[in-house]
Amino acid sequence: MDQVFLYSALYLGILMLLSLYRGAFGPTVLDRLIGVNAIGSKTVVMLILIGLLYQRVDMFVDISLAYALLNFVAVLAASKYFQKRKGLYEE
Amino acid sequence: MDTVVTILILLGLLFFTGGTVGILRFPDFYSRLHPAGKLDTLGSLLMMMAFALYGLHHLTLANVLTSLKMMLIIVFVSLSSPTAVHGIVDAGMRAGLAPWVKGKKRR
Repeated sequence: MDQVFLYSALYLGILMLLSLYRGAFGPTVLDRLIGVNAIGSKTVVMLILIGLLYQRVDMFVDISLAYALLNFVAVLAASKYFQKRKGLYEE
Repeated sequence: MDTVVTILILLGLLFFTGGTVGILRFPDFYSRLHPAGKLDTLGSLLMMMAFALYGLHHLTLANVLTSLKMMLIIVFVSLSSPTAVHGIVDAGMRAGLAPWVKGKKRR
């Protein structure tokens, strides 16, 4: 069962790298925000996987819950900040 | 039990893959939010259900509490992810970003 967890965590890491493309090269700021939000919601799952691999799920589940909360607040604050036309270029 | 857990994990990874491919390939910012909001919520729901089921192998109080916390994460993610997506769409509409129409260049 450890093999399943290990390889799914590796696959999630590859998916996070693919989402990082949108975060790094997105044309507008809000595209970058989408990429960062996707990475955050994958991280919540990946923290539980790390906890299962190290046999410390009881500790990592709290970290994961806190990270979900932090991600939500960060995305909401950033989207409130970019409601004006700051950094939204259109060619 | 292990088979069910593996199937749920694979389904969750499938939905995560769909969400990532959608984020990379959709033409527009508004259409990119659709896979980002939906598939990530569904994928994390399935994977958290798999982990909560795996934790119930040995039925002790600590394991049951950990599984309950994972269910709490599911509830919180399914509340917060649509709200975050709504906030991003609202920011785009207020900033006056025009939606993509057919024939225009893909951004």
